[in-house]
Amino acid sequence: MSKSGISNRRTPYLLLLPGIGFLFTFFVWPIANLAQTSTQTPVTGGDTGSYEQTLRWRNYIDAFVENKEQFGRSFLYAALATILALAIAYPLAYAIAFKAGKFKNILLVLVVAPFFTSFLLRTIAWKQILGEQGFVVPTLRSLHIIAPSTTLTSSAFAVVAGMTYNFLPFMTLPLYASIDRIDPRTLEASGDLYANGFTTFRKVTFPLSLPGVVAGTLLTFIPAAGDYVNAAILGSPQTKMIGNVIESRFFKIVDYPTAAALSFTLMAAILVLVTVYIRKAGTEELV
Amino acid sequence: MRKVSRWFQRNLIRIYALVAFTYLLIPVAYTVVFSFNDGGKSNLIWKGFTFANWLNPCGAPEVCTALGNSIKIGLLATTFATILGTMIAFAIGRHKFRGRSSTNLLIFLPMATPEIVLGASLLSLFLTLKINPGFWPTVIAHIMFCMSFVVVTVKARIASLDPRLEQAAMDLYANEVETFRRVTLPLVAPGIAAAALLAFSLSFDDFIITNFNSGTMTTFPKFIYVSAARGIPPQANVIGSSMFIIALVIVILGQVVGRKRAVK
Repeated sequence: MSKSGISNRRTPYLLLLPGIGFLFTFFVWPIANLAQTSTQTPVTGGDTGSYEQTLRWRNYIDAFVENKEQFGRSFLYAALATILALAIAYPLAYAIAFKAGKFKNILLVLVVAPFFTSFLLRTIAWKQILGEQGFVVPTLRSLHIIAPSTTLTSSAFAVVAGMTYNFLPFMTLPLYASIDRIDPRTLEASGDLYANGFTTFRKVTFPLSLPGVVAGTLLTFIPAAGDYVNAAILGSPQTKMIGNVIESRFFKIVDYPTAAALSFTLMAAILVLVTVYIRKAGTEELV
Repeated sequence: MRKVSRWFQRNLIRIYALVAFTYLLIPVAYTVVFSFNDGGKSNLIWKGFTFANWLNPCGAPEVCTALGNSIKIGLLATTFATILGTMIAFAIGRHKFRGRSSTNLLIFLPMATPEIVLGASLLSLFLTLKINPGFWPTVIAHIMFCMSFVVVTVKARIASLDPRLEQAAMDLYANEVETFRRVTLPLVAPGIAAAALLAFSLSFDDFIITNFNSGTMTTFPKFIYVSAARGIPPQANVIGSSMFIIALVIVILGQVVGRKRAVK
């Protein structure tokens, strides 16, 4: 950093103090408190919802064993949604960056625009479009593309499709940001050196867009793995994800320790995956 | 025939983009169309065109209370998150200090934590402290998760500034405060505005964290989630569509103003 600006030694700490203090109070402390809750057990003879600290680490094993299916499903659905979103968003971001000309800004606005209609309204819109009373299912049935008994909602397909849809802008924007930075002359150079379209993409375009790919996949995968709204609206009891379990443990069963243990396991699993992924992809400067 | 297939090949990516945009905008179009539905309370099946919902957007019970809460929470959370986040961004972007990388990590962590964990952990803290969930706990939760996004956005803007502009101001005998107020801040302002807009839209649309910390208070997303079971009143579609239109207008105005400034 240059010496421009205010160069008093204490200034950075004064600037940091309120925000960091806030994060310590309302992010670090709650997480620590959650960790503490996760090893508690019910007070014998106490009211529902009263727990005491007994350092019962088995809570983690019990919670995991009981819900391993939902854990597996969360990571599977999130991974599928991330791959689908990447497959849809990459050509889209490429088209906006290189083919849109003067319409670039308008198209970017259109990518972000769905954000502003509440995501719940849009998810429910999908439910109604793909539901029994929408026009898609009857059309597909009359064309014999799907069997008369097949439904599109209340299925794993619908949950993954809903997540793909909801997180698509999170994938497209970082991809666009890094594809847009690619100098088109590098692509021309690759063509001049007799690389065909596919080789150019594999050896030049894709590696140069890697930071966007990493940022986009993380921004999609992390919220998708913890999501329960898509599963609740578009899914069925057979498509429950770990988020649904945590939510119902908290609100319906008032089982705070299990909810806390599950939350902690989810967070740890995601952090480990993210760290490994960032190392593999070799881009450290994400934020 | 060959001409057609060559045209198709050349425009493949454009056709693809068109399909992708259709996919992105179908539910928005559906929401807008059904805001004109004369469908009564549940709004599931198209029953006929009416302006009634647009003329009386508060017609459904609770919907405007929920909207009012969402706007209040959004404005409060945006204000605090933008101030705190911008201060942090300046500290990181303009100063060297001990603990810079751990500060960066602390900023990154809330973004890498699933919303359900953020929501559940805050609620369990509030319960431990015997604080009832409701309006202020929700505002606090929103400040917390918006702040990191503000820091990242403003930091990127600060990083893209040319430090020579500030040096030039100092060379022209502006003192540090003047340089900051008349050079640095105006240059960073678009970044701060973008961050505030982002924070508001994140707060306004948040459901998961809000659901954990709001107790019995409704917000607009909560209202939709709860009424989804028996059908969402068309007034909710009116509000969703208006938000979409307002946001489009703000973004387009921002672009026009930005371009005019650039021309000057």
